[in-house]
Amino acid sequence: MGLALAWCLVMSITMPWWHFQGKQNAPQTTYEVEPEAFIQRVHQFVETNQVGEMNNVPIVEPEPGGDAYLLGQMWRWYPVLKLKKDQTYRIHVSSADLQHGLSIIPINMNIHVLPGYDYVMEITPTTSGEFSLICNEFCGIGHHLMTGKIIVEE
Amino acid sequence: MSTDTVKAAAYRVCETTGLSIFLKAQFFVKINAVLAVIFLLVGGIAALLLALTRWSNVMLLNDIWYYRMVTLHGVNMLVFWIIFFEMAILYFASTTLLNTKMFSKKLAHTSLALMFVGAVVTNYIILKGQADVMLTSYPPLEAHPLFYLGIILFAVGALIVAFNFFATLYIAKKNKTYEGSMPLVTFGAATAAIIAVVALLHGAAALVPTFLWSMGWMEMMDPGAYRLLWWGLGHHSQQINVAAMVSVWYFVATMSTGAKPLNETVCRGAFILYILFINLAAAHHLLVDPGLSSEWKIWNTSYAMYLAVLASMIHGYTVPASMEVAMRRKGYNKGIFGWFAKLPWKDPGFSAVALSAIIFGFIGGITGVTLGTEQINIMAHNTLRIPGHFHATVVGGTTLAFMGLAYYLVPLIFQKDFYMKKLARIQPWLFGGGIVIMSLGMSFAGTYGVPRRTYDSDFGGAVLETGFDPVAHIFLGVLGIGGVIAFIGLLLFLVLIVAAVFFGPSLKGQKMPTWQTDKEQKMTDELISKGYEEEGKDYHVKTPGTIVLVLIFLLSFAIYYFANWAALADLWHIR
Repeated sequence: MGLALAWCLVMSITMPWWHFQGKQNAPQTTYEVEPEAFIQRVHQFVETNQVGEMNNVPIVEPEPGGDAYLLGQMWRWYPVLKLKKDQTYRIHVSSADLQHGLSIIPINMNIHVLPGYDYVMEITPTTSGEFSLICNEFCGIGHHLMTGKIIVEE
Repeated sequence: MSTDTVKAAAYRVCETTGLSIFLKAQFFVKINAVLAVIFLLVGGIAALLLALTRWSNVMLLNDIWYYRMVTLHGVNMLVFWIIFFEMAILYFASTTLLNTKMFSKKLAHTSLALMFVGAVVTNYIILKGQADVMLTSYPPLEAHPLFYLGIILFAVGALIVAFNFFATLYIAKKNKTYEGSMPLVTFGAATAAIIAVVALLHGAAALVPTFLWSMGWMEMMDPGAYRLLWWGLGHHSQQINVAAMVSVWYFVATMSTGAKPLNETVCRGAFILYILFINLAAAHHLLVDPGLSSEWKIWNTSYAMYLAVLASMIHGYTVPASMEVAMRRKGYNKGIFGWFAKLPWKDPGFSAVALSAIIFGFIGGITGVTLGTEQINIMAHNTLRIPGHFHATVVGGTTLAFMGLAYYLVPLIFQKDFYMKKLARIQPWLFGGGIVIMSLGMSFAGTYGVPRRTYDSDFGGAVLETGFDPVAHIFLGVLGIGGVIAFIGLLLFLVLIVAAVFFGPSLKGQKMPTWQTDKEQKMTDELISKGYEEEGKDYHVKTPGTIVLVLIFLLSFAIYYFANWAALADLWHIR
């Protein structure tokens, strides 16, 4: 029993330790936002920073260190983001309608997305290539069609 | 009518255990168990269809029916099957084990009617296609009002059963129908009932406003607040399952091997830890949600969860240790594991419970604590790793333990004997084995990021193409095969139970037939008859086998835990 208790203590300490020392922690910054207002910001972001198109979806390149916007809606992640490796971005994520789950594939990073909440991921891609976004929270009959992309350049 | 004749009609004495079985309460044990099994069948058929759809080479259902079946499966298994069966356990643990009649037959009827109507209404509206919202029904996703109403009615019924249970404990105490402190199994059931009340109140706070919203009478609840409250129901009700399951472990361990809890105070303390600390574990569903601070997340998962984890580890030690002591007292002293080989593996009640403890601990427990770590959750949230975890706890753990109990309920309460005993002996292995295979398939597919609750793992037809590593598809196949095996195990269980209950040879006036040799059964009976006063003398019996098992467990735990941290370090940086 002593051993079990000791193990519980080890686990209890690891979590806060990683919070301060680790490079991967759940994002903490959240702002309240009306879905309509968030959609406006996304459109503005696309207009100012669009650099191309992929299957009719705009490709948008934010300033390194700057803000980027990603909208989850039935059924797509909008727009395609183009990032630079080892640069940090503040990516604002929210939903236009239902709850969604943002999942970056194949590196397998996942966060939950709620309408009315602007969730800010401070993210630094450490690998380059083309990554997929999928939705992993059920959001209606087209849930398994909801995808997006992040392109990371060297 | 004299009081004596009233009493004579009110209960019978069990020929096997010598306990008094109160006929009114017996009716409610039976009817709740039967309803539980019916909903288990509904959920089981849905489960087979789901397994055959997620198996990406088969994809049996179309998308609409896939999502409908996920909803149907979740609601019937996690709510109706498990809670109906737990109601049977509450009636049994409060009357027979305390030697008392139940508090109110009227309340029992009322609650039964509410629960039955609620379950039927919810199933009807799901199958009608007006509630494709998953068990969790996260707003703004909206179902037909009857979906929420059915679950609310069911929950109110369950609350009334819990009230009836506590009132029965009270009259038993007042009438001094038992000596000393409350039996451990009843204590565990009381733990489950207390947690149930807390869980159901959270459920009401989430679902009543949502029902009113679906009627157009209220504004929609904030989706974040809903998740917080809903998981107060969703996770706490898993703690009901854990407490009930552990009680079943203790009960069947005694019945099948003659084991007595090693140290009752410690076992009771561990149950109390569940009540005090596990409630906040609901937080670990919200680890990567917006709107909650890291301090809140870390506090609510570590302070609370790890003490409850400790409680499970205590039960995980005391249950096998008490069996080891019992076996050694019978003279099976050969080596470290000689007793283990001689356990009554031919008794399906025992093997179901033993497998339940192993699957719950080694797969469900280890994955659960690891995935419930704030940062590791980034690699797990809403992927197939999550159902991979909870099918090992709630199916391989709780459902299998309840199946084990059923092998005792049928002869003792229904007083019927089984047919096809050879098949009964393999049933727990088939079901447990299938669940282990399925659960591992889910967990490994999930490590590739394959999402849960998603019809097409390859997102075929999407504007921006995506897909998974072929290895992930192999694991989806493993999931499918495991699911089919588990379904065959489930079907076998239902056939055995139905054949025995409705057509089995009567056991009225007889002892329960033993699954062991007569010699073994005699030794077990002797241990049971020695009673609790002998218990203290067992302390000198060492349990080296269990200690080795515990060390293997902790080692596997540590390896899995740190392997996950290592994998986490390879991700993109995020905060």
